[in-house]
Amino acid sequence: MGIEPKKHDMPTQSPVLRSRNFEEVALGYEAKTAVAEAERCLNCKNQPCVSGCPVHIRIPDFIAQLKAQNYEDAYRIITESSSLPAVCGRVCPQESQCESKCTLGIKFEPVAIGRLERFVADYHNANDSAPVEKPAPNGHKVAVIGSGPSGLTCAGDLARNGFEVTVYEALHTAGGVLVYGIPEFRLPKRIVAKEIEGLKALGVKIETNMIIGRTLTVDELFADGFEAVFIGTGAGLPNFMGIPGENYKGVYSANEYLTRSNLMKAYLDNPVTPIMKHGKVAVVGGGNVAMDAARTALRLGAEKVSIIYRRSMEELPARKEEVEHAMEEGVEFLLLTNPVEIFGFHNPDVPRDERNGFVRSIRCVKMALGEPDERGRRRPSPVAGSEFEMPVDTVIIAIGTSPNPLMKNTTEGLTVNARGGIVVTEDGLTSREHVYAGGDAVTGAATVISAMGAGKTAAKAIMRQFGIGE
Amino acid sequence: MYRILNRKELNRTVTMLEIEAPAVAKKAKAGQFIILRVDEDGERVPFTIYRADQSRGSVSIIFQVLGATTKKLDQKRTGEYICDFAGPLGIATNTEGKRKVCVIGGGVGCAIALPIARAFKANGAHVTSIIGFRSRDLIILKDEFKECSDTFHIMTDDGSFGEHGNVCMPLVKMLGAGEQFDEIMTVGPMMMMKFVVEAARPYHTPVTVSMNPIMIDGTGMCGGCRVTLNRGGERITKFACVDGPDFNGYEIDFDEAISRNRMYVDFERREYENTCNLLRKREEL
Repeated sequence: MGIEPKKHDMPTQSPVLRSRNFEEVALGYEAKTAVAEAERCLNCKNQPCVSGCPVHIRIPDFIAQLKAQNYEDAYRIITESSSLPAVCGRVCPQESQCESKCTLGIKFEPVAIGRLERFVADYHNANDSAPVEKPAPNGHKVAVIGSGPSGLTCAGDLARNGFEVTVYEALHTAGGVLVYGIPEFRLPKRIVAKEIEGLKALGVKIETNMIIGRTLTVDELFADGFEAVFIGTGAGLPNFMGIPGENYKGVYSANEYLTRSNLMKAYLDNPVTPIMKHGKVAVVGGGNVAMDAARTALRLGAEKVSIIYRRSMEELPARKEEVEHAMEEGVEFLLLTNPVEIFGFHNPDVPRDERNGFVRSIRCVKMALGEPDERGRRRPSPVAGSEFEMPVDTVIIAIGTSPNPLMKNTTEGLTVNARGGIVVTEDGLTSREHVYAGGDAVTGAATVISAMGAGKTAAKAIMRQFGIGE
Repeated sequence: MYRILNRKELNRTVTMLEIEAPAVAKKAKAGQFIILRVDEDGERVPFTIYRADQSRGSVSIIFQVLGATTKKLDQKRTGEYICDFAGPLGIATNTEGKRKVCVIGGGVGCAIALPIARAFKANGAHVTSIIGFRSRDLIILKDEFKECSDTFHIMTDDGSFGEHGNVCMPLVKMLGAGEQFDEIMTVGPMMMMKFVVEAARPYHTPVTVSMNPIMIDGTGMCGGCRVTLNRGGERITKFACVDGPDFNGYEIDFDEAISRNRMYVDFERREYENTCNLLRKREEL
């Protein structure tokens, strides 16, 4: 029997059903399907997939164990390299990482590595009840600032090696972007909670409501006996376009919209958090955050949701699966389109008209792609005379973020680059002795897995600092 | 969980809570704020710090019962707990290096204006205070203001106490008589702050305003609290939580800020009524 040319389909909720609920969209492989998919792996000698993984999971080895139905062994192999397998199996852009390098992918569809990772992690979470073994303490204390993917990874790796780790989180719930940003239908909160419980069982302390830079400073952490500090404070402040009308009521940053829905639970039936739910919604941007915002808007009850993106489908940076899901659910894609102005409602005769100051419409211009820019992406430019106006009630701006200057402003000797990102060495060391950093606070908005990778790198360097581990 | 050490009703709608939060108390400065959640799944609401007491490890806030969350907060008694309390947030008011200042507080904004007036005084400034309320029964912190002010005016809209009128009236009179201030600092309803700026404009007296927009995270992440500054013909977006809450009053686009603060009035009114009904039912049981 030859090799199955296509990936096994991921079972999903039907688009009609799911576009109106917040339950997880992708349901996960059954064991039978997972084993069959694992059998597609050629187990090739040079293992190109491993080089495509930012944390170098031994992919063919875990797939081999999965094929032999040794699910816990497969899990162990993944967790040697990844602290959050159930998360990464769901949110990694596999098509541009491991799966893009798969040998099978030259002729056929690559092995569905992400789906297999998710299966293994979910199997473990559903079946494993063995208590976590707390490692013997090595006597060293490390503080981690921020409880997103980079911070949790760094904390986990250090705790497993006997460090006493305290994670400081500014918000009231740990998880960072995994809880305020990524919606329930893509990453159920119980999965994040489970990962965090696992870290706590390892002895990691999590202190919420602690804004480092305000409640405590990095220098005070050292004075309190911490010997190293990892900064994983994330991407920070949302960018706006700078076009007229951006401050009308009904214009949100994606961060605000998603935080209201996810962290503040406006998505539940009885929310205390207000959010604009009805009417027509325009989402500006083409990344994963834009997809998340668009699909959240649909589920909250929007009548119509449009993505406005200035380049073409080819350049759209979001994870492929999310784009496909968004389309299936009925999100409209206005490509090669850029907003130029947002208009609000004004009733000059009735100053107290409650619609006054709310968004009424958005004016856009069509774009054409020109020569590639320095990053190789074709630069869009407006097409003369192509402007059009469309009625909208809500506009969500999802065009990226800039680093929060709080750490820089309150930590003497911490160097940042022109864009505000913290400058680090290959090991994640900042310009301050014993202060490490990683994730979006360094790179600007990127992926969960690259943040995890940075957390791992820093954890390794911290272990070397104390002569601990391999 | 954060324990309530003390609760005091200042008038029929305004309450002071002293909350145990030693880490916040250690850092808090005049003009900064905190964010709290009353209970699990409650909303995050910013409150400016009224007083921080390092020896008691406490931070006090003063609030007016306006919506569902303040209604719930007002039900909390000494010894009970609130779920979350984070801070201090924002940049402290600059109270250094001024010789003569005028501090203007309106309504519950006086709770913020008072520590600022005290800090100016402690730094050696001559302090003129003007505080205003709708009527006699809404007055708070009158004696405290008197104590830290070299000149003191108290106004009521209905004339039921002090001078009859709004806070701009004594200001205009003083400025018109040639009084010069290094700075006017004002905290209160946005409409009042807007009028203070207009009153001072002909005299070019610097005016600092403490903005109180809708916020969620309070750390710069959501941008919901953004305000627009008009600076030399350019419109600049700033986040009140990290760039403020204090801004140059002449630069603030007040009309936009006032409009944005009304974004959820309908929703809030509904939630307030629901909470009141719920409390009434509980009392009936």
